[in-house]
Amino acid sequence: MSDELILQRTRQFLACLRHCQVLGLSVQHADRNVLTLRLPYSEKIIGNPETGGIHGGAITTLMDTTCGISTACALPELEICPTLDLRIDYMHPAEPGKDVFGFAECYRVTPTVIFTRGVAYQDDIDQPIAHVVGTFMRMGRQGHPAAGGQNA
Amino acid sequence: MNGRTLHDLVSQAHASNDYDALIKLVPYAQLIGIECLRLGDEMVFRLPQNTENIGNPMLPALHGGVIAGFMEHAAMLHLLMFMGAPHLPKIIDFSIDYLRAGHYRDTFAACQVWRQGRRVANVSITAWQTRQSEPIATARCHFKVDEP
Repeated sequence: MSDELILQRTRQFLACLRHCQVLGLSVQHADRNVLTLRLPYSEKIIGNPETGGIHGGAITTLMDTTCGISTACALPELEICPTLDLRIDYMHPAEPGKDVFGFAECYRVTPTVIFTRGVAYQDDIDQPIAHVVGTFMRMGRQGHPAAGGQNA
Repeated sequence: MNGRTLHDLVSQAHASNDYDALIKLVPYAQLIGIECLRLGDEMVFRLPQNTENIGNPMLPALHGGVIAGFMEHAAMLHLLMFMGAPHLPKIIDFSIDYLRAGHYRDTFAACQVWRQGRRVANVSITAWQTRQSEPIATARCHFKVDEP
């Protein structure tokens, strides 16, 4: 599958997810190995009114989505893979007023589960806001939203 | 906002059994629509069904990230309400296990503080839709509670 097709596939996938549209998520980069999504800063996702910092829930949504859709980059056929578990470790708070990028890769694909990992960052991917690991379940082809199946 | 104001907000909320002012503090909590329900000495958090919280439109199912954000915020509010945290607790880490699909309906969450030290608190959260004994997700997290 070409990188152009992968980019198209991830954009279609993201467009299906209502809450991701509410947050304004967009695909920044996609190829067969990695995926980067962008979460634009906005006042509605503030978690700390004293600092204007983004709520952890918005970062979790960004990273669950990035890790989840990164499975679509690694698989030859489109499958929906529900999240089994997700862990986020915060290195430092997100700087207010700046967009956040979610980066993820699948580092092991088995017939039943996919292991992903990634980071959330703002200016520099080497100074991440958070490290993330997530495990996803493979449901097979019938799991695609267009086919009506399991949840994301 | 200083510790005093936050403490007053919590006291007023408990006294009037109206937690709106506490919820309104945080824009993200308003965005996803969190509510608090006090049942005696227990606090149950509610996330009313809302089309904007949907992930997969076909089922339809809530976005897993919204369920996680709801649980994280419930844990933070629980610390504010019961453990006398002087500032908004800051998240250190968050880990969630998804057990069942989160359907498009009301979701509830309850918290258990396993340990609150001077600097760090450990909280576990259970979320359910039909009955508490059949959770849709369990999560645990650490918060930093010692500094503003």
